[in-house]
Amino acid sequence: MLRFYLKGLFRDRSRSLMPIIVVAVGVSLVVLMHCWVTGVLGDMVVFNARFATGHVKVMSRAYNENIGQQPNDLALMGTDQILKDLEKEFPGVEWVERIQFGGLVDAPDENGETRAQGPGGGMAIDFFSPESKEVERLNLQKAIIRGRLPEVPEEIMLSEDFANKLEVGPGDAVTLISTTMFGAMSITNFTISGTLKFGAAALDRGGMIADINSIRLALDMQDATGEILGYLPSGEYDDLLANAMSSTFNEKYSKPEDEFSPIMLSLREQGTMTMMLDIMGYFKGVIIGIFMMAMAIVLWNSGLLGGLRRYGEMGLRIAIGEEKRHIYRSLVVESLFIGIAGSVVGTVFGLLFASLLTRGLDIGGMMQGSNMMMQGVMKARITTDAYYIGFIPGVFATALGTALAGIGIFKRKTAQLFKELQA
Amino acid sequence: MIRIKYIAEITILMTLISGSLWAQPSGKEILDKIDANMSSDTRYVKSKMVIHGPRSSRTVESESWAEGKSSFTEYLAPAREKGTKMLKLQDKLWIFSPSTDRTIQISGHMLRQSVMGSDLSYEDMMDDKKLSDIYDAVVVESETIGETDCWVVEMKATVEEVAYQMRKLWVDKDRYIPLKEELYAKSGKMLKKTELTNITKHGSRWYPGKITFKDMLKQGAGTEFIVDEIKFDVEIPEHILSKASLR
Repeated sequence: MLRFYLKGLFRDRSRSLMPIIVVAVGVSLVVLMHCWVTGVLGDMVVFNARFATGHVKVMSRAYNENIGQQPNDLALMGTDQILKDLEKEFPGVEWVERIQFGGLVDAPDENGETRAQGPGGGMAIDFFSPESKEVERLNLQKAIIRGRLPEVPEEIMLSEDFANKLEVGPGDAVTLISTTMFGAMSITNFTISGTLKFGAAALDRGGMIADINSIRLALDMQDATGEILGYLPSGEYDDLLANAMSSTFNEKYSKPEDEFSPIMLSLREQGTMTMMLDIMGYFKGVIIGIFMMAMAIVLWNSGLLGGLRRYGEMGLRIAIGEEKRHIYRSLVVESLFIGIAGSVVGTVFGLLFASLLTRGLDIGGMMQGSNMMMQGVMKARITTDAYYIGFIPGVFATALGTALAGIGIFKRKTAQLFKELQA
Repeated sequence: MIRIKYIAEITILMTLISGSLWAQPSGKEILDKIDANMSSDTRYVKSKMVIHGPRSSRTVESESWAEGKSSFTEYLAPAREKGTKMLKLQDKLWIFSPSTDRTIQISGHMLRQSVMGSDLSYEDMMDDKKLSDIYDAVVVESETIGETDCWVVEMKATVEEVAYQMRKLWVDKDRYIPLKEELYAKSGKMLKKTELTNITKHGSRWYPGKITFKDMLKQGAGTEFIVDEIKFDVEIPEHILSKASLR
């Protein structure tokens, strides 16, 4: 019977070609959009993980509650021991310490007195440990506008805009006036090693990056840090694994009654990341739903047109005694073949287009150069679900369209058919 | 007879009203008397600031000289702050840090930042204007703090360039010294609270031995400013209130 249906489809191209093309186009768009959204949003998640959240982040409970204020007076203390515990509990995960800091940056004149100054905010990272991957992770080399990366702890990098505002450049001295974690005044001299472009207005106004050990010294944060970021061994964010890690860690080390005890948060649990990850999840459902509806309507129409074209055939089949239900079922089975064929073709083309976009669209030209905050290239990403996601709207929409169009069969009256056939 | 009784009643009433009016000084009078206690042409203070942070407390010792709108402070302890000097000349403030050999001018919104992590801002430290020059005051009620009767005085700034647009003072009725103060932003949000205790007499004036500041926007249990030694109307050598004193 199935062979009979297939023969019908192959021999009568007008029955199969157009619906297959419609399904293939729809499915290829679904696959392409899925890969593109997964790629672009995924890159944003990757960027956030690199720059701010890690795959998991450990802070003090009090620091986490006031994180918007970068409260180093609430920083984690005893970090050497915490790092040992983390390495023991979660082997293979890469742990990096970071300190967010703020203060007044002062540029001196030739007499050592204030010539220019402005408020700034920065991030202290590990520049000098041989095993540190922070420079690559933050894309610092590519973000340099003038000068170079720090080579000694007393060097600092300023955003290009901030440096221009202070009229300083590589080789010039600046003084950071800040507050130690115990509330004392901290005044520390630095030499500018280079300037960079962050790519976010707030950071470009007053951003800076320095070595974590020199900032520790300046802010009196020995054996203390603001944040410990963890990166999973695979390099990819795994929501289930990260959440399991945070649960395990918090159960063992975090005490709700002690505001200075550590707390681990997965990427999803930080800031707006929950929303971003949820959007990624919902988006698949939304694009599948939209394309399924759109294709069902198109295929319904095409089914109606096919029904008109095959009006005589249907009439004859009913007249010779074939059950209406059987005819209806045969049309739906035919449509399933069409749906599968269209989905295969559409998935192949969708993956083909997506693979072209995995190399990325270079939007660097529109962004006036590369920077840390945005990658200049937006890329699609082909994931496992891209291979089957198109079949859901492809097959269902075809079946749905045919099911709707085929309802007309039940409205045909046998008595009328003979008159039609005689005519 | 009725007429005599009526006149007597009126007389008693008038006496009571006028008596109560004399007993309650005007807001301006209270501010003048506070200024007479708290302000002086020149002053030398040796003090301790005990800063109670969220994790620990620390003590910063300093000595300072002030004359009109100018003042000079040198920090004596702890070791990290020792040798740091602050000079205020009119509306400008400089900090000298011996560890960096830098003289840094503090200006603009940075003046609202905390001094040494305390609950005092640079503006608080620099605020030396007589209250009566920059505020209008109204006595709103009487209240008792501990066992001391106080006037509750509400003050509104008459000029724009003040750190706090509104203040509420609880002023000792006998000694004319504030015992408690609330400092408000223009929006009505309370920014700081102070308590003045250990009131002692220095010549003809009363002055607090301890002022506890609490920045309402900051964690921690506040900052105690303890006066170890204070001298009013002292002779200040000219070089102290000059930039030469910074290095």
